[in-house]
Amino acid sequence: MDVKVKILRYNPEVVDEAEWKTYSVTLQPTDRVLDALHKIKWEQDGTLTFRRSCGHGVCGSDAMRINGRNRLACKTLIKDLNPEKEITVEPIKGLPVLKDLVVDMEPFFDAYRSVMPFLVTSGHEPTRERIQSQADRDRFDDTTKCILCAACTTSCPVFWSDGQYFGPQAIVGAHRFIFDSRDEGTEQRLEILNDKEGVWRCRTTFNCTEACPRGIEVTKAIQEVKRALIFRRV
Amino acid sequence: MTTPEIAQPRSSSRARSLKGGGRNRSGQTNFELYSWLFMRLSGLALVVLVLGHLFVNLMLGGGITALDFGFVAGKWANPLWQVWDLLMLWLAMLHGTNGLRTIINDYAEKDQTRFWLKSLLITASIVIVVLGTLVIFTFDPCLDPSSTLSVCK
Repeated sequence: MDVKVKILRYNPEVVDEAEWKTYSVTLQPTDRVLDALHKIKWEQDGTLTFRRSCGHGVCGSDAMRINGRNRLACKTLIKDLNPEKEITVEPIKGLPVLKDLVVDMEPFFDAYRSVMPFLVTSGHEPTRERIQSQADRDRFDDTTKCILCAACTTSCPVFWSDGQYFGPQAIVGAHRFIFDSRDEGTEQRLEILNDKEGVWRCRTTFNCTEACPRGIEVTKAIQEVKRALIFRRV
Repeated sequence: MTTPEIAQPRSSSRARSLKGGGRNRSGQTNFELYSWLFMRLSGLALVVLVLGHLFVNLMLGGGITALDFGFVAGKWANPLWQVWDLLMLWLAMLHGTNGLRTIINDYAEKDQTRFWLKSLLITASIVIVVLGTLVIFTFDPCLDPSSTLSVCK
């Protein structure tokens, strides 16, 4: 079937303004938006720029705003988008656009780095693996699923208006270690998120939970960090 | 089609690099934690206070028709209602002020705008809280010597 795809194009080397361009492509209903973008790039307009790597929802490269919602282009099927109408594709919001659908992810990664997303321990390293019960592992299972695609952070209205806010993803990244029984950096991470731009900026609009392509309950994770801060207990 | 409204991150990426850089850790307080907690607790208290206030004023006794200057004068002769109204005034004002503060933080993008809006907000709140407290405690229904109210006889 013929589908119209409307893409927000932007190339600062040519014009300062972004503009919508509509492409007509022949697709199967079971094709993905990523296939549509490939067809456009390969058959119609080679200048179309976007990120993609694995193409199967794991690498987190191709988060974009499709029909006004943040999704992964590689996990969104055409038939689920009402292909009778134009499908709109924009870059994710709140991060500087470099070209077409490619944004500068550096501010996003910086926020992630600042919550220390690595195991913090003290004392001698054990000679075996660090053992953990199934229940302890389940405590943070949900937040281990994050692929750093930025769909949540760039769906957050607080992040749109204040790029200083850590954003949902950084809090998810911190949650994964805060609630890990093997980790000893909990106090430090909680202190980092107690910042003016930390968890208290969350307005629980649930945009992040809705946007997450991995189905992580992001808002719940943020609330759990708030509770841990108030009761100083994980 | 104009440029899409994509807000630039407020800080450069370097300012928020690993060691906290732009984020001022040393001056960190629990202020945001307490203000968040205050919103939940004062909200709960206000549900009781405001509904109780409405019930007593509008439904008990003569209901809304009995509501006049004399009614308020009689109520404030009782310390219980003085404290009730004082609590309601302070909690509602602080709750509302704090709510507006977060809204200003969310929506005002320029530092200057934020500063002036917050100054205005805080000034207005202080004036209202002080004035209201003063009225509750210094209220004298018999200020007018020719008053015909029963409490003044």
